[in-house]
Amino acid sequence: MSDPVIRINKMNKWFGNFHVLRDIDLNVASGEKIVICGPSGSGKSTLIRCINRLETHQEGEIEVEGVTLDGSLKNLEEIRSNVGMVFQQFNLFPHMTVLENCTLSPIWVQQKSQAEAEKLARELLERVRIPDQAGKYPGQLSGGQQQRVAIARALCMNPRIMLFDEPTSALDPEMIKEVLDVLVELANEGMTMLCVTHEMGFARQVADRVIFMDEGEIVEENAPEAFFSNPENERTQLFLSQVLTH
Amino acid sequence: MSSWTPTAPRPAPASTVGFVAWTRANLFANKLDTALTLLAFTLVVYVVEAIFGWAIIDASFTGDDRTACLKEVQGACWPFIEAKFGQFIYGRYPDAERWRVDLVFLSGLIGLIPMLMPNVGFKRANMIYLLGFYPIFAFIMLNGGMLGLATVDTTDWGGLLVTLVVAITGIVASLPLGILLALGRRSDLPIVRALCIGFIEIFRGVPLITVLFMASVMLPLFLPDGVNFDKLVRCLIGVALFSSAYMAEVVRGGLQAIPKGQYEAAAALGLGYWKTTRLIILPQALKLVIPGIVNTFIGLFKDTTLVLIVGLFDLLGIVQLHFTDASWATPETHITGYVFAGAVFWLFCFAMSRYSIFMENHLSTDRTSS
Ligand SMILES: Nc1ncnc2c1ncn2[C@@H]1O[C@H](COP(=O)(O)OP(=O)(O)OP(=O)(O)O)[C@@H](O)[C@H]1O
Ligand SMILES: [Mg+2]
Repeated sequence: MSDPVIRINKMNKWFGNFHVLRDIDLNVASGEKIVICGPSGSGKSTLIRCINRLETHQEGEIEVEGVTLDGSLKNLEEIRSNVGMVFQQFNLFPHMTVLENCTLSPIWVQQKSQAEAEKLARELLERVRIPDQAGKYPGQLSGGQQQRVAIARALCMNPRIMLFDEPTSALDPEMIKEVLDVLVELANEGMTMLCVTHEMGFARQVADRVIFMDEGEIVEENAPEAFFSNPENERTQLFLSQVLTH
Repeated sequence: MSSWTPTAPRPAPASTVGFVAWTRANLFANKLDTALTLLAFTLVVYVVEAIFGWAIIDASFTGDDRTACLKEVQGACWPFIEAKFGQFIYGRYPDAERWRVDLVFLSGLIGLIPMLMPNVGFKRANMIYLLGFYPIFAFIMLNGGMLGLATVDTTDWGGLLVTLVVAITGIVASLPLGILLALGRRSDLPIVRALCIGFIEIFRGVPLITVLFMASVMLPLFLPDGVNFDKLVRCLIGVALFSSAYMAEVVRGGLQAIPKGQYEAAAALGLGYWKTTRLIILPQALKLVIPGIVNTFIGLFKDTTLVLIVGLFDLLGIVQLHFTDASWATPETHITGYVFAGAVFWLFCFAMSRYSIFMENHLSTDRTSS
C-alpha cells in the first residue's frame, strides 16, 4: 500500500466507562473508498467522528495526512480543513440560504472573497445537480436536495478526504438514488472516502474495501466481492443475511 | 389499461365561508355559545360607553386651573395634562434649553426608524451612528457643559426624558451583556461559568428596587472619597446589570434549543468557537427567543418607574409629583394623570410587541415560496 492518508493505530475510546472503540487499527490510502457497516451501536459513527475530532479518543494515535490528532488546535484546524463531513441529518444551517451555507467556510475559514466563494459554490451546486436552488432556504428543499447541498457545502472546502455518516438513512427511497448517484460520481473522481452505510449495492459498486464492525471492534475487512460472497466471520454472515434479505 | 387523471379542485360550499357562516360557526353555534356571545357583547358595550363618557362626553378640554374641572358630572380633566405637558416630557429641564432634548429625540428617531425597517440598507453605517456617535452626541446635548451649551444637571432631568434614557440604556446594554452571560454560563471554563451563574442568580434573586437602592446609597460608600458618580448614571448601571441577568436566561433558553448537529456541522467546516457562535448559533437562538427578549424589554420599560425610589422623576413620578399642585386639585386630577401616564407607557410597550411579531414573521425562513 502506498503511504496512507489516514493512519489509525491501536485507538481506544470510552464514553464514561463504556468502551466504544477497542484497539482500532486502520490505514486508508489516498483515493481509497471504504465502506463501514455493522449493527446499530457498534461504534461506526464514533469511529469516523474521531477522524475529524468531533469525538476525542483517549488512547492510540490518529494521523491524517501526516498531521497527528492530539490536543493541538493548530493541527485540528489543519485536519478539519482537509476533511469534509456529511451527516445523516444533513445539519444544514436553516437561517442561511443554500448559497450562504456553501460559501460560509470558504469565506470565514479560508478567507476567500465573496465573489470567489460564490463562484466555487455555484460550480459545486451544479455538480450535485441543484444549481437552481441556490437562493432557497434549506427548509424549502426535499430531503434528497438538502443532503446534496450538505455534500456541496463540504466539498466547498476543497477537502481531500470525505467522511459520510449514513448519508442516505434519513431519506425516502425515491431520494436515496439521487444522493447515491452524486456519491458514485465523487468516488469515480478519485476522492478518498469513508462511508458508513447499509446500502450494499453502493458498497459493491464503489468500495475498495468493506469494513464490518461490531461491539466497537473491526471484525472483518475485505474487498467487496470477497466480503459479500464469502464472509470469513460468523458474525459477519449473520449480519449480511439480515441486511441483504431486505 | 386505464390512466389516472387527478380530480379538479372545487370551491368550498357557500355555507362554510362568508360572514354569516363565520358568525354562525363562531358566535352562535349553540345555546351556550349564544348566551356567552350576548353577555360578552353587553359587557363590551357597557365598558366602552363608560370610558367614552368619562374621556370625552363629561370631560373638560379647556381651562387654566382647577375651576375648569369642577362640573357637577365631571369626567377627565384634560387641561391638567395640557398645562403640565412640558413638565411631563422634560421634567425641570429649563424651558430655554428644551430644544436640545427635542434634537436628541429627533436624531435618535432618524437612526432608529430606518434601523427597524429590514429593507432599508446602510445597516452597518446606521449601527455605527446609533451605537457610536449617538450616545456621545446625546450625552453632550443633554448634559451640556461644553460647546457653549449650558450645563443642565441630571437632577433637573425628568419625565419621559428620564424614562427613555433609563429604558433605552437598559435595553441597549442588557442584550449584549445578557448574551455574554448566557454564553459564559454554558462555557467549558469552570471559573467563567461559576462567575456568570453567580452574577445571574444574585441579580435575579433581588428586587430591582434593592438594586437601585444599593446603586444609589451603598455604592458611594465603597468608592474612594472624591470619586462620585452621578445618581442617574448609578441608576443606569443598576438597571443595565439587573436586566442583563434576565436577558441572559432568555438567551440561554434559545441556546439550549439549538441542536447539537449545528455545532458539529460548524466544527466540521473548520469554524472555531467565536465564529460558530456568531454566525451559526446566535442568529438562530436569538430568533427563537424574540418574544422573550421583547418581553424583557417591555418589563424593563415599565420597571423604569421604580427610579422614583432613589429620587429620580420619570414620567410616572413627575405626574404624581404634580398631583400636589393646589391649583389643579380636583377629584379627577389623579385619575386623569394616571390614565395619561398609562396610555404613554402602553403606547411604547404595544409598539415593541407589534414590532416583535413583525420581525418574527420577517425572519421566518420556512415560508414555502422564496
Ligand atoms: N455522546 C455519547 N455519550 C455516551 N454514549 C454514546 C455517545 N455517543 C454514542 N454513544 C454510545 O456509543 C455506542 C456507539 O455509538 P455510535 O453512534 O458510534 O454507533 P453506530 O454504530 O453509529 O450506530 P447507528 O447505526 O445506530 O448509528 C452506542 O452504544 C451509543 O449508545
Ligand atoms: Mg451512527
